[in-house]
Amino acid sequence: MSRRLATLFHGRPRLQVGALLAGPMAWLVVGYLGSLAVLLVAAFWSVDPLSGELIHSLSLENFETLLNEPVYRDIVGRTVLIAALVTLTDAVIAFPIAFYMAKVASRRGKAILVVAVLIPLWSSYLVKVLSWRTMLSAGGIVNWALAPLGLSGPGFGNTAVWLVMSYLWLPYMILPIFAGLERIPDSLISASEDLGASPLTTFRRVILPLAFPAVVAGSIFTFALTLGDYITPKLVSNNQFIGNVIFNNISTNLPLASALAVVPIVVMIGYLLVARRLGAFEHI
Amino acid sequence: MTTRQANSARTAWLIVGGLLAALLLLAGCGSSSDETTAGNELQKLGKGEGEVDLISWGGYVEPAWSKPFEQKTGCKVNNKVAGTSDEMVALMRTGEYDGVSASGNATARLVDGGDVAPVNVSLVPNYKTIFSDLKNQPYNTFDGTHYGIPHGRGANLLMWNSNEVKPAPTSWNVTMDPKIAAKYKGKISQYDDPMSIAEAAVYLKAHEPKLGIENPYELNEEQFEAAVGLLSEQRPYVGEYWSDLTKQISAFAGGDDVVGTTWQYQYFALKAEGKPVAASPASQGFLPSEGATGWSDTWMISSRAKHPNCMYMWMNWIVSPKVNAEVAEVFGEAPAQSLACEHTKNPNFCSEYHADNPGFWKRVYYWETPVSDCGNGESDCKDYNDWVQAWTSIKG
Amino acid sequence: MRLSRRSTLLLRTAVALGLAFVYIPLIVLAIYAFNASNILEWPPPGLTLEWFPKAIHEEFAREAFLTSLKAASVATAIALVLGTLAALAVARHRFFGRETISFLVILPIALPGIVTGVALSNTFTQVLGVDLSLMTVIVGHATFCIVVIYNNSIARLRRLSTSFEEASADLGANTWQTFRHVTLPSMRSALGAGALLAFGLSFDEIIVTTFTIGAGEETLPIWIFRNLFRPNQLPIVNAVAVIVVLISILPVYIAYRLTREEEGTGAAPAGGARGGRIEGGGVETEATAVP
Repeated sequence: MSRRLATLFHGRPRLQVGALLAGPMAWLVVGYLGSLAVLLVAAFWSVDPLSGELIHSLSLENFETLLNEPVYRDIVGRTVLIAALVTLTDAVIAFPIAFYMAKVASRRGKAILVVAVLIPLWSSYLVKVLSWRTMLSAGGIVNWALAPLGLSGPGFGNTAVWLVMSYLWLPYMILPIFAGLERIPDSLISASEDLGASPLTTFRRVILPLAFPAVVAGSIFTFALTLGDYITPKLVSNNQFIGNVIFNNISTNLPLASALAVVPIVVMIGYLLVARRLGAFEHI
Repeated sequence: MTTRQANSARTAWLIVGGLLAALLLLAGCGSSSDETTAGNELQKLGKGEGEVDLISWGGYVEPAWSKPFEQKTGCKVNNKVAGTSDEMVALMRTGEYDGVSASGNATARLVDGGDVAPVNVSLVPNYKTIFSDLKNQPYNTFDGTHYGIPHGRGANLLMWNSNEVKPAPTSWNVTMDPKIAAKYKGKISQYDDPMSIAEAAVYLKAHEPKLGIENPYELNEEQFEAAVGLLSEQRPYVGEYWSDLTKQISAFAGGDDVVGTTWQYQYFALKAEGKPVAASPASQGFLPSEGATGWSDTWMISSRAKHPNCMYMWMNWIVSPKVNAEVAEVFGEAPAQSLACEHTKNPNFCSEYHADNPGFWKRVYYWETPVSDCGNGESDCKDYNDWVQAWTSIKG
Repeated sequence: MRLSRRSTLLLRTAVALGLAFVYIPLIVLAIYAFNASNILEWPPPGLTLEWFPKAIHEEFAREAFLTSLKAASVATAIALVLGTLAALAVARHRFFGRETISFLVILPIALPGIVTGVALSNTFTQVLGVDLSLMTVIVGHATFCIVVIYNNSIARLRRLSTSFEEASADLGANTWQTFRHVTLPSMRSALGAGALLAFGLSFDEIIVTTFTIGAGEETLPIWIFRNLFRPNQLPIVNAVAVIVVLISILPVYIAYRLTREEEGTGAAPAGGARGGRIEGGGVETEATAVP
């Protein structure tokens, strides 16, 4: 039987491609993109506040609401800003760790570090956030540790969200950078040193440019995960992020929620296109 | 790539695009079908189906009375606790549950959306002895048809930490008047739901009579803006907007919040843990001077209930005298069942909770669904969409 | 690379601080798993071991754990099939729209989980009229797990010289035999590493799951979410989390070893385009990183 199929495919690359892609494309394009499209169509509808029924008449009123009410601009701005901050923070914290793992650590050290970095990924996201909530609360460890210094912790709020998200997504930044740095041949680095460059110059002119696409690859995840999260903001702050508003409106006003969902979709597609241009897709 | 290859590849993408378009069309047509399933009430009670799936407020379905129910009827109770009426409505709309303990800001939506079926009260014998001022109310009876069985009612409490908040408040101004609320900056606990706008309206009804607020759920533009403005001024002082009652309990227990709106369940739970919390006296119905918003809850049955017989059995069980007494005492609300008053552990429970005092409840404004056609003849009241959006803007 | 003493010291400090940042909250979490009291205050009033046996005996937690295992296994299996198929098409053929596939595959994981969750839920219930169940959860998970498999497979396929496949064909094997006996074995470790990562992703996923799960089912994250704020349950939740981390150490180590597996079969780098090999170690790394 497999022989027959194989003969059928032999010498017919188009058929091969078609057969290979049929499954994934049906799943991703028809299933996933199709679902997205169906959801986004709802952005042009409206809802009856009493019965919850969707009124299928097309209009732009949801987008008008989003543009006219200042709160939505604040929320989008806040979310994007914190996403950017988290990405920057994670890049700064991750790079030394990844560099050490890739270029300095012994073989055993590298193995230990990789496992050490991956372990936190396996502890439950929810429990980690709750752990932070407890640490940041009035009677928690952060205040307790800072009290002898006369300081107090940030408590709940935007700072807490930034802290916790930086914490949660750090492994997703470390791993691509580590993989990217490993791919830099030691011979290149030796050559740079032989040519007389100081370590700092080698870092700046050789390592960093070569590692940059990997950093962008990691940033895709830190940015995307922060952009859409609603659980962390709800647990460690009172402020609404894009995800919270979408979540709160899904049952009472799906059209408005869909309209708002357009924002992170557009932002992420733009981000992905830029990232691809920068070569990040080779490093994911 | 040869031209032939390119062309056939292009065809493939065209087919994919066509499928997408078909899916969109399907979506457009699919969801506009009418829900005509509402309207049929059960005529005869049959055998139990073996389980019942409920949505309820925390503390309404506890093992103390759900386990005996399971033993007696063979209906296993699966309960999902919801924190807000919006959650309850959303869950009911999935059609995966048999019934819900709905407050007034959910009942009208469920009826209008066709998600609940009328209740045949003749199949619920204990309904006869429900307090008369709970029957045929606008939140459980629509167009003369009964849509549920009353569960119990209560007011939203103002609770405070007696060590931190002095002197003991007698008015909502401790959370609603920005000058006073500022004293507790970062430690005010406010319910995370658009119904909080009605709380502000209740406050304004007493303190700014020239706004002319009668019913805190029927607000015209001016009244609405005033209430929303008050809550926006409160925003910087709020420690947490709560919707999970156990989250509020831990916030008060840990000292993160010291004053705010709560339900009897949290109040009694904190007192049981020995925490220094206080509320207006029960004899006053826990009411500060302005009165308060509150709720009168109704058990409703889904129009798509998979276990209708068990649901009817549950509804009859929960308002049977002994059970309703237990429920009322554990949660701390006024029972709906008049005969429950003979079964409460505290013999004065019913009088303390004003269960039989209709006059008292005039100062409690049960949660309602705001609609634009609010009976002042002008249809210019704010509807629920406006309330939800305003709440988003207040929280920022 | 030769670094000065000072630079090495600075680097080591940065690494230590970073690791401290990563592990202190986990240690706090672990300590709370031994907390004698229900209330989360610091420092905890006492320590006890009682939560661990309670966690193991907690029926809902056990059921949720098994449900999560089930969902993750099936989702990973689906992702393996779809991801490998797509990777084979892109790595070994040229066709219209080839570049978009990488973009398409990463979308489910790059777009917010809530968007994916609501979109899928909406399609299931409104358009297709199916009830939500564990199957719908699996569909959701498989969708964002595809990219993990795809990327690992593509990286490996690009490194594999096609000469072996051509030789196999020259020796008379048909396409299926070549795939089964030549291509697939050399992809094994990449697929294995990808599968483990996909499994981990699915196991801990909460947002998409919330929107696609039926009323009667619970995955472990859903169980945790339900019990997160119940004071009597919280210590058990912490204990469960610690147990899961401990159980996962072995698979994580295996995943790491798989990616470091040296390829004997012609893993010559394709041109210099994808970076070179690391001298001295002779070991190749795959991109192991994807959430």
